[in-house]
Amino acid sequence: MRILKLKKKDLKKFLESISSFGELWAPVKKGNRWAFQPTAPDNIDLDAGRTILPLKKFMVPQKFTMFKYNKEGYTPELSNIPSRIVFGAHPCDIAGLNILDKLFTENFPDPYYIERRKKTAIIGLSCLPDEFCFCNETGTDTVEEGFDLFLSETGTDFYLVWIGSSLGDDLMRMAENLFSEDIAFEDIQKFTNWKKERAKKFKVNIDLTGMPSIFELSLNSKIWDKIGERCLACGSCSMVCPTCNCYDVKDTVELRECKGERNRCWDSCTLHEYSLVAGGHNFRANRSDRLRLWYTHKLESFIGAYGKPSCVGCGRCLVTCPVDINAYTLAKTLREEEVFFK
Amino acid sequence: MIDNSCIAGDRSNPFLPEMMRIVRRFDLTSDVRFFQVRPTEASRALTLYYKPGTFMMVSNPGVGEAPLSISSTPSRPGLIEFCVRNVGHVTNSLFRMKENDEIGIRGPYGNGFPIETLKGRDLIIVMGGLGAAPLRSLLLYALDNRDDFGEIYLLHGAKNPHEMLFRKEFYDMMERDDLHCMLSVDKDDTGKWPAKVGLVTSLFKEIKHIDPKTTHAAICGPPVMYRFVLQELLKLKIPKHQILMNLERRMKCGVGKCGHCVVREVYTCLDGPVFSYWDVLNMKELIY
Repeated sequence: MRILKLKKKDLKKFLESISSFGELWAPVKKGNRWAFQPTAPDNIDLDAGRTILPLKKFMVPQKFTMFKYNKEGYTPELSNIPSRIVFGAHPCDIAGLNILDKLFTENFPDPYYIERRKKTAIIGLSCLPDEFCFCNETGTDTVEEGFDLFLSETGTDFYLVWIGSSLGDDLMRMAENLFSEDIAFEDIQKFTNWKKERAKKFKVNIDLTGMPSIFELSLNSKIWDKIGERCLACGSCSMVCPTCNCYDVKDTVELRECKGERNRCWDSCTLHEYSLVAGGHNFRANRSDRLRLWYTHKLESFIGAYGKPSCVGCGRCLVTCPVDINAYTLAKTLREEEVFFK
Repeated sequence: MIDNSCIAGDRSNPFLPEMMRIVRRFDLTSDVRFFQVRPTEASRALTLYYKPGTFMMVSNPGVGEAPLSISSTPSRPGLIEFCVRNVGHVTNSLFRMKENDEIGIRGPYGNGFPIETLKGRDLIIVMGGLGAAPLRSLLLYALDNRDDFGEIYLLHGAKNPHEMLFRKEFYDMMERDDLHCMLSVDKDDTGKWPAKVGLVTSLFKEIKHIDPKTTHAAICGPPVMYRFVLQELLKLKIPKHQILMNLERRMKCGVGKCGHCVVREVYTCLDGPVFSYWDVLNMKELIY
């Protein structure tokens, strides 16, 4: 992959020069957290922590229209998807997108996802972990694909910029003079030193080795009933998880006229209706059944299907769940029993 | 992977249904109605292909979409048939539709029965209640390609004569000498039922001419039926991976995206809905 140098003071100039591609979205402070918002290059918080919602909100919006219909038939809604530049995507979130790519682009490719993915330029930015990050344990603290450009901190006055796609190359060429190919040996050293320093900063110690077997062995464990009793079935974990992609489909119809639309909206397997079928049979009537589905899907089943967990270590479930059920407490409980659910 | 030209719906957008016209409908029981549909675009009618055991996503614009098993056989092209029980929003709205009304269809989806593997084998088809809907497809397919199969047993159980789906069609099949057609009702409240009275499991003792090693069984019915029927099939010494079941789940997309039908690492819509008894034992949650 091509790697170039960009002076930190030139970042603003660079973002201004690529503005013709689309609207710039970047992490902006919202209360005591951050959120991806449309913003001017001046207002970007370069030290932003995790955003409330991950990048999936750009590719699979909370709610969107798949098609409209009238007496003549169905018309897909694909033409009004905006071009956007998303700046400041952290490695874990890009890894989350790579997982969504598998789900949405293999086996019956989803045109809504693909169109949004194509029209969104992803400019990644390296970050430092806070007390909830564990991307080092899930192998997502660095990403090698899934972005157009990736800016890595070096602890000095420049970024190292990875060109990850043909679009990324186009964007770089819109301000080619700001980049330099002149990477010296000491630059490499500064970069590796920064990475070593970063590795020391992780605080969450979550051990995911052998998780599939542990899940398989614990499927009938009473732990699930206890966690189920604690779970509020609020669905917050699914909303903030970068790899939760379940959705519901609802039709709306206009009164009087024979027309309407079919919409998709986020759903969560922790909600009661998730596995309810017509006739009233609910395959997962208990909260413990649904919660077990959530975590076995992330930490066991996905490993079986793709060889790695679909948890990217972003720590969002750790900061979001009101009753402290999250990847960390769950893995720890399955390993050491009743650590967190006394 | 299925050849794209055989799929109903838009080739570039798997979520867009194709319009089909209701050709015929009539009641099978008090709450199950039979629908025959054909593509509005006449040239499409003969190119549609599906395997027995697959399903389609059926839309009524403004109400929603639901997965329905295909009851017809690909060996009789032109029309697609569904059995619909009036239980939810979409099915309820289908009951209000008449001949020549249009509905949206996309599919077929799912793995279906492994037709190629079943060739040359003996078949035991066990259906209960609405389980007749997907298994009728397999049964008619096997009868239309009669030379490809060995002995064929059909075991069909219903609560009472009024609740038996396709009772006339199956009753006529009892005349055939190339099919062991065995029908039973739990209770005969009409006093005129010409076949067996008793549970569907009571029919198993009449299965004689099979070699379990080369026999496949296909089951579909209400959840309570599985346990007892499985016991009977195991008593016949049919290997677990040769016992096939057509399972049901909530589905919103049919194409492995919405997540609702996931069981462990398996999507019922892509990897199912046909699973073997071994799959069921291997994957907790698949049935219950």
